[in-house]
Amino acid sequence: MTELLDKIALYLSYPFVQYALIVGVLISLCSSLLGVTLVLKRFSFIGDGLSHVAFGAIAIATVLKLTNDMPLVLAITIICAVLLLRTGQNTKIKGDASIAMISVGALAVGYLLMNIFGSSGNLSGDVCSTLFGSTSILTLSQLEVWLCIILSVVVAAVFIIFYNRIFAVTFDESFAEATGVRSKLYNLLIAVVIAVIIVLAMNLVGSLLISALVIFPALSAMRVFKSFKSVTVCSAVLSVACSLTGIMLSVACETPVGATIVAVDIVIFFVFMIIGKLSSKSVR
Amino acid sequence: MPQLKCKDLSLGYDGIEIIGGLSFEIEKGDYLCIIGENGSGKTTLMKTILGLKQQLSGTVEFGDGLKRSAVGYLPQQTDAQKDFPASVWEIVLSGCLNKMGARPFYSKKEKQLALENIERMRLTKLKKRCYRELSGGQQQRVLLARALCATKDILLLDEPVAGLDPKVTAEMYALIDELNKKDKTTIIMISHDIRAALKYADKILHIGDTVFFGTKEEYLSDSSLGFGKEGAV
Ligand SMILES: Nc1ncnc2c1ncn2[C@@H]1O[C@H](COP(=O)(O)OP(=O)(O)OP(=O)(O)O)[C@@H](O)[C@H]1O
Ligand SMILES: [Mg+2]
Repeated sequence: MTELLDKIALYLSYPFVQYALIVGVLISLCSSLLGVTLVLKRFSFIGDGLSHVAFGAIAIATVLKLTNDMPLVLAITIICAVLLLRTGQNTKIKGDASIAMISVGALAVGYLLMNIFGSSGNLSGDVCSTLFGSTSILTLSQLEVWLCIILSVVVAAVFIIFYNRIFAVTFDESFAEATGVRSKLYNLLIAVVIAVIIVLAMNLVGSLLISALVIFPALSAMRVFKSFKSVTVCSAVLSVACSLTGIMLSVACETPVGATIVAVDIVIFFVFMIIGKLSSKSVR
Repeated sequence: MPQLKCKDLSLGYDGIEIIGGLSFEIEKGDYLCIIGENGSGKTTLMKTILGLKQQLSGTVEFGDGLKRSAVGYLPQQTDAQKDFPASVWEIVLSGCLNKMGARPFYSKKEKQLALENIERMRLTKLKKRCYRELSGGQQQRVLLARALCATKDILLLDEPVAGLDPKVTAEMYALIDELNKKDKTTIIMISHDIRAALKYADKILHIGDTVFFGTKEEYLSDSSLGFGKEGAV
């Protein structure tokens, strides 16, 4: 046991582990904040869809041999997020169906592009690391860390400033709209913010596991807590705690970062499910 | 100037008209009941008045110093709300949003207003409870308290008593009536309960194959509506 602690203490002194922890905390905080809204608005799958779009965008960036793919990926993802939320509202194609369409389409096109134009010899390795995040969080540059810090602060600030309005729009869009809250604007805001978070989170867990980061903390918190504020706070705390634990575990046990974080999230979900069952029984 | 004036209103979706030629005026303190069969366009009319949906043609005008955002609205329930983790307090408070301008957070004044309306709807004991664990009647009272936070002037209620038992229904009607008589709040209510509509309302808007707008007395004496049959209810 002390051996493990020593090992962790040693790792903590490395800057790349510190970077990973900082970025991990920030990203999990941001994704959990909006997770509650997305789950409640029945948009759980949007994270999934958008992360696949981001994967496709990365493939395009690779083909174009861009050195810094962030701006392109961000732009494409934001546009798709806005489009997806639009279709969710005036439904000719149902929201979930269009998300599935875009998501699978982007995945296929992305893989195809990488396959046809990719120059790297290790294609399946490339694809795997974009999908599962692999170790890229452990190889972050200082610039990426700063970018991540700035974007996270902006996301958190936007969430706090618009907290009351986001609540109103999430709970009852027509009432909010009727009393002069511009709910279309806030839906747009939510879409843009979620796109930013997803692009950020690609580094941490890769595009396949982002949904987990967005959904699990919110679902866990909703098992136990009964008000919007407590659910939001709890899911933020849970998300940060799970990511920290996950990163430390993965460094110590040399497991993949993204998958380890999600595994911790899953364990916590079951714990909270049991707590929720027990507490609702004791009330009765 | 009436508080609300609709002229030659034509309503529908995707350019297809559901109902047309609606004209009516509402004065401050009126109690209007909108009646008509399922699917006749009552909810659509209410959404158009609220600006949630565009009319095909015609105009909706607010007058008498009333702003469109200063209305209270009790929607016909949507299922998205059914498993929402929100406390009664949070929901009622969210009715105050239209008083905030660009301010991000609620002030003391808004919290006070929310408290008053919670008391008024007899929800004080349930303040901290989770909305989804309340009974249907309690949920309706929460939504009414929220609507009251948004306005003192005009309430639009879409089937406020649907699914409530007779006792709670009577209480709900009494609450609404009190708001109308004591606070002079204008009430526009959609209802399938014609007997109650005739008891409380002073104006009736009947939409469907025949459109009628007028006072309760005119409605009762208008034989073209075949009210003789319905009167037996
Ligand atoms: N979003 C929509 N798109 C297209 N048509 C719609 C839409 N919503 C309602 N309709 C149609 O408009 C008509 C009027 O609907 P509305 O909801 O206004 O009826 P209502 O009078 O409120 O009925 P109820 O008593 O059942 O509440 C119905 O025929 C319905 O099928
Ligand atoms: Mg209706």
